[in-house]
Amino acid sequence: MSSIGTGYDLSVTTFSPDGRVFQIEYAAKAVDNSGTVIGIKCKDGIVMGVEKLIASKMMLPGSNRRIHSVHRHSGMAVAGLAADGRQIVARAKSEATNYQSVYGEPIPVKELAERVASYVHLCTLYWWLRPFGCGIILGGYDRDGPQLYMVEPSGISYRYFGAAIGKGKQAAKTEIEKLNLSEMTCREGVIEVAKIIYKIHDEAKDKAFELEMSWACDESKQQHQKVPDDLLEEAKAAARTALEEMDAD
Amino acid sequence: MASKQPENSLLGPEADSQRTLYPNVTGTSVVALKYKDGILMAADMGGSYGSTLRYKNVERMKAIGKHSLLGASGEISDFQEILRYLDDLILYDNMWDDGNSLGPKEVHNYLTRLMYNRRNKFNPLWNSLVLGGIKNGEKYLGTVSMIGVNFEDDHVATGFGNHLARPILRQEWHENLSFEDGVRLLEKCMRVLLYRDRSAINKLQIAKITEEGMTISQPYSLKTYWEFSAFENPTQGAVGSW
Repeated sequence: MSSIGTGYDLSVTTFSPDGRVFQIEYAAKAVDNSGTVIGIKCKDGIVMGVEKLIASKMMLPGSNRRIHSVHRHSGMAVAGLAADGRQIVARAKSEATNYQSVYGEPIPVKELAERVASYVHLCTLYWWLRPFGCGIILGGYDRDGPQLYMVEPSGISYRYFGAAIGKGKQAAKTEIEKLNLSEMTCREGVIEVAKIIYKIHDEAKDKAFELEMSWACDESKQQHQKVPDDLLEEAKAAARTALEEMDAD
Repeated sequence: MASKQPENSLLGPEADSQRTLYPNVTGTSVVALKYKDGILMAADMGGSYGSTLRYKNVERMKAIGKHSLLGASGEISDFQEILRYLDDLILYDNMWDDGNSLGPKEVHNYLTRLMYNRRNKFNPLWNSLVLGGIKNGEKYLGTVSMIGVNFEDDHVATGFGNHLARPILRQEWHENLSFEDGVRLLEKCMRVLLYRDRSAINKLQIAKITEEGMTISQPYSLKTYWEFSAFENPTQGAVGSW
């Protein structure tokens, strides 16, 4: 899919003769180079998981959060340039509190996704701004139930049952398609997400990684929060066992 | 005739509509004390419109986060605004999702800064606040006034409560009160306030906050006694009275 866009790729305000904006495509490449981020929508909520590639053994486990709460009922997981992601999360938080302040109720997830997507798109319209180099998976639980959205650097946003971005997104999507999401509870979903992330992690190319997961489900009272430690450990153990069984074959 | 003041000045006639000059709907005293398991707080459910006891279902005590309880007297709309500020504060604290949460001491400090800074702009939030809570076994009870005076103590009250309830509490409060003793003591204070404060109504709630969380009682009334012989025939011997 890579082609040289000589001359037409210098600015985000330039179209190529075949109708592509190369700068946006290059921004998407930044997302593809980052650790995988997965989101799934289960029967009773959403689960998000991040394969956090550890740059240095000196880093404290639990630091460098990649999943952020945007309001009580929703959160976003970021892939790509972390600093760009921080900016988007800050904007999303601000949109959410503003909506609550004006309309008196938590921002519907659909509305939040639209606002985040508009903001990301905004930065693809001016030559003096560069596009965000991050992809976002946004999950939340409002009165229409649990919902999952994905926002790309181009500003496109769609609603999904299951979504993946980052290095292993192809492999992850294949695995997600195998799951029966409409029958799965979030408890089971957490285990499945952990298994997928462990499975698609490439031991050869990237050494260590840390698994970070969050959910918003009936069990968490429709609040977005980190998956409880005991469940997280259970998920990691199940994932490791599944890997060993696979290697044993 | 162009005004010489800059647009956002607080001096000059245009600014007067922006400043609080007097309260409109007010709540009366709040009384609170530390007891064995946490904090007990009592407040009646009245909102007075001047001298009219207009609103009789006003909840003047609210939980803040997991560890604190806020009671307010004074302007009810300003209390609602304070609750909005605190809601944002607690939301941002929750979004860190790091296992920590704001305790009563932190919330009290935040409120002190809020009230004092408004007072400095000559636009106060017309409230006297009582902030109590317990975190990690440590009980905390503090108060902030509309001019930013703040302190903490084992028992606090606002408004008339300072004059009528505090003396009772000074005599009868002791460390490690049981829940029943604490409620009895608060009811004693609230009864005196009911007899003597003209803006008190006989419909109160008692809230408690412990490590387990906050609970607030259903509204109820205190029993009162008006048959004291000293008050029978009050006008006997009063010349010109009927």
